[in-house]
Amino acid sequence: MGARCVLESVMEKRIKSLRMEDITKRFPGVLASDHISLSVDEGEILALVGENGAGKTTLMNILMGIYQQDEGRIFINGEEVHFKGPDDAFKAGLGMVHQQYMLVPGMTVTENVALGYKQAWKPLKLDLSMVRDRVMQVSQHYGLAVNPDAYVWQLSVGEQQRVELVKTLCLGARFLILDEPTSALTPQETDELIDLLKRMKNELSIIFISHKLNEVKSLSDKIAILRHGKVVFSGSTDDYLPRQIAAMMTGHEITLPENKEQDFNGETALSIKNLCVRSDRGFLALDGFSLDVRQGEIVGLAGVSGNGQRELAEAINGLRNVESGSIDFFGTEITGRSASFIISQGMGYIPEERNVEGIVPSFSIKENFILKDSDRPPFAKHRIISRKAVSDNAEELRKSFDIRCPGVNTPAGSLSGGNIQKVILARELTRSPKFLIAVYPTRGLDMGAIEFIHQELLKKRREGIGILLISEELEELMNLSDRIAVIYKGRIQKVLNHGEANKENLGILMAGLKEEDDNE
Amino acid sequence: MNRNFKIIYKLSIILLAVLATLLLSSFVLIILGADIIQTFYTIIITPLTRMGHLSEVLVRAVPLCVIALGVAVAYRSGIINIGAEGQMAMGILGFTTVALALPDLPRAVLLPFALLASVLCGGLWGFIPGILKSKLQVSELLSTVMLNYIAAQFYSFCLRVPMLDPAEALSGAGTPQSARLTASIEIGRITGRMHYGILIALVLAVIVYIFMWKTSFGYKMRASGAQSRAARYGGINVAAYVTVAMIISGAFAGLAGGIEIAAVHRRAIEGITNNYGFSAVVVALFGMLHPFGIIPASFFFALLIYGSTLTPRAVGVPANIVEVMQGLIIIVIVTTQMILQNNYLEDKVYRWWCSKKDVKEA
Repeated sequence: MGARCVLESVMEKRIKSLRMEDITKRFPGVLASDHISLSVDEGEILALVGENGAGKTTLMNILMGIYQQDEGRIFINGEEVHFKGPDDAFKAGLGMVHQQYMLVPGMTVTENVALGYKQAWKPLKLDLSMVRDRVMQVSQHYGLAVNPDAYVWQLSVGEQQRVELVKTLCLGARFLILDEPTSALTPQETDELIDLLKRMKNELSIIFISHKLNEVKSLSDKIAILRHGKVVFSGSTDDYLPRQIAAMMTGHEITLPENKEQDFNGETALSIKNLCVRSDRGFLALDGFSLDVRQGEIVGLAGVSGNGQRELAEAINGLRNVESGSIDFFGTEITGRSASFIISQGMGYIPEERNVEGIVPSFSIKENFILKDSDRPPFAKHRIISRKAVSDNAEELRKSFDIRCPGVNTPAGSLSGGNIQKVILARELTRSPKFLIAVYPTRGLDMGAIEFIHQELLKKRREGIGILLISEELEELMNLSDRIAVIYKGRIQKVLNHGEANKENLGILMAGLKEEDDNE
Repeated sequence: MNRNFKIIYKLSIILLAVLATLLLSSFVLIILGADIIQTFYTIIITPLTRMGHLSEVLVRAVPLCVIALGVAVAYRSGIINIGAEGQMAMGILGFTTVALALPDLPRAVLLPFALLASVLCGGLWGFIPGILKSKLQVSELLSTVMLNYIAAQFYSFCLRVPMLDPAEALSGAGTPQSARLTASIEIGRITGRMHYGILIALVLAVIVYIFMWKTSFGYKMRASGAQSRAARYGGINVAAYVTVAMIISGAFAGLAGGIEIAAVHRRAIEGITNNYGFSAVVVALFGMLHPFGIIPASFFFALLIYGSTLTPRAVGVPANIVEVMQGLIIIVIVTTQMILQNNYLEDKVYRWWCSKKDVKEA
């Protein structure tokens, strides 16, 4: 009943057209938006594409009233609007799903939705059961599976993304702004989301920010390409190929590198046998997981997020207790050893959560480069840190990894996602590791950054380093991997050789089904 | 948004914070019916006018500085030490025990040994909440405060029974205090009651700076405090470093207690800790958790504390006024920090500022 009222009240505020005119926004030293004009009509999907730092998120934050433009105007249904804050934008029927989730980890899904769900704020009482009903209704209606009673901290990144979508929809948005909504989703989930958005287009308008041009192509009606704060192109999506869009986006042609090299036939570097590891929620996230990775080999681990990938990476790196089973690293048993011991054995690790795990956000870039080596030469002698060695190293890495920053004394947390990942990559790769675990290394990054990271990973492979690549990007896995292992509910479904794998059979395996001709 | 605006904005926020503190304190003074200007003059200016006053200010600045340095080490490592009061009391007991037990040792041995005892006792009192936090996730806010009570009662017991001055027992007065300690534990005085402990405080500030910012130990501690997940990922044993930070923090408080006995009181009496343990938390925050900020901050707070002792006679305002002011300062500091970190507010003010400018130009 309550939910229907909400729907009706929102229906009245249909957004027939939304127009942004000459939006300009300056930040110190940066022109984030330079006279940008856009328009979206009801039932349309506009794709906003551009590299990291092109100004897409700033523009959307202006639309949502989070920032105020320096110049320019916004019109809804032909009338000029002034949003003083996100609340005004919500009231007008705009809803945004941010790239970085705006969820309270210590609260349940229902409680998170209730934070913005004012209909449930009764005098002296928060009607949680009403919110819960609404969550169930929305999640069923749109086919977005969420458990309303789960705590957010227990959820994988992909699941959190779904919660964000459900939350925005629950709050009755009629105009959706999705900031890279698929960057955390699995291919299946992505396809589902795209189908869902296509269906929802009848009811609402969407601005869709993405790096993934295939998605842009299959979903959007119109496209606007931003580069350095300017619209460099806008037009109908149908008229252009993804390759052409990519070239306009970056200003040059992009071709992602592929692993076309000979088998390295190295020795076994990492050998995992019957590993069982519990998740934060206490169930067995890894349940008899076994996998070998040789030197000079990239093994891709494909799977829907939340099937034990996080726990696997943490267990190998000594950050999570192991129930049973063994992890063997170049003949040394590292099961249950400390993180520092495992690092000293030559393990490199690009973690899933780059913002809070891969770097210390408040530390400067140069300090972050020595996170694992603060007591080793050349950075320290007798535990005294050499300022010069740290600075020299930082300047060198900044140059060779093309990290774009005001200077190496800048706090690492203030960098864009792509540059943070470069900081991590620079540190991990130049420590001359014997092995590398990369977890979702390109998630949310633009084409240019992805190209760079793929090249670096392949370079390491050529040097004879074994790499365990945990990813959800099937294209990435197929481009880079010598073998692809599929994980499902904490076990290996199947290991496919390079060439055997394609999107179809990987998708089937990731969904937990065995192939029909699979008699093993 | 240009650089000038940012600087002006930050400075005006800080200025507003100072004004807010003064205003809020004035409000309290009005309620008390006191002369506001006279009161502020007595607290802030009078102590600076005479050497006798100034030396008293410095006597109070020493323990504040030493304890605040320890608090900053802990805070930077991700653990908030509000148990310095108890750690200081334990340090005093350690110092007094050694001094009473071995009065015949030569000064060169006894003084360092007694100071070491105060360091160890304070460190032990810091170790307990440290290990509880890192192994069992016990909130240090609870454990340190509870340990303060235990230390206070234990201190009180020691002064009344095992350490009670035999002369007091004989005379029957029973003032809870230890016997006067042997002269060979004394730290010398420079002028008035101002003593060489001030040099210890300054040297410690430099050591803390070097330790926290120039060594790998300090690096690891700061990393543990700044983002424990990243520190763990980097192979840093966060639990161990948090515990060590708390031991250091307690040791500093204990040492401050030892110095107070050796240089000022020369026997254990009641009330030596004088809320220094709590004030030092404010000093550490006010000094932006950096040794070179803590030195002036401890002087400033010592000024307030000493100045307030002059107010009852000079303007008839109770000395407790300074506790009220400290409370106000904490609230203002916290608020100011939040305001300074709020970029949206800055953006809003900037727009307002620009629109004003436009109007003027038009």
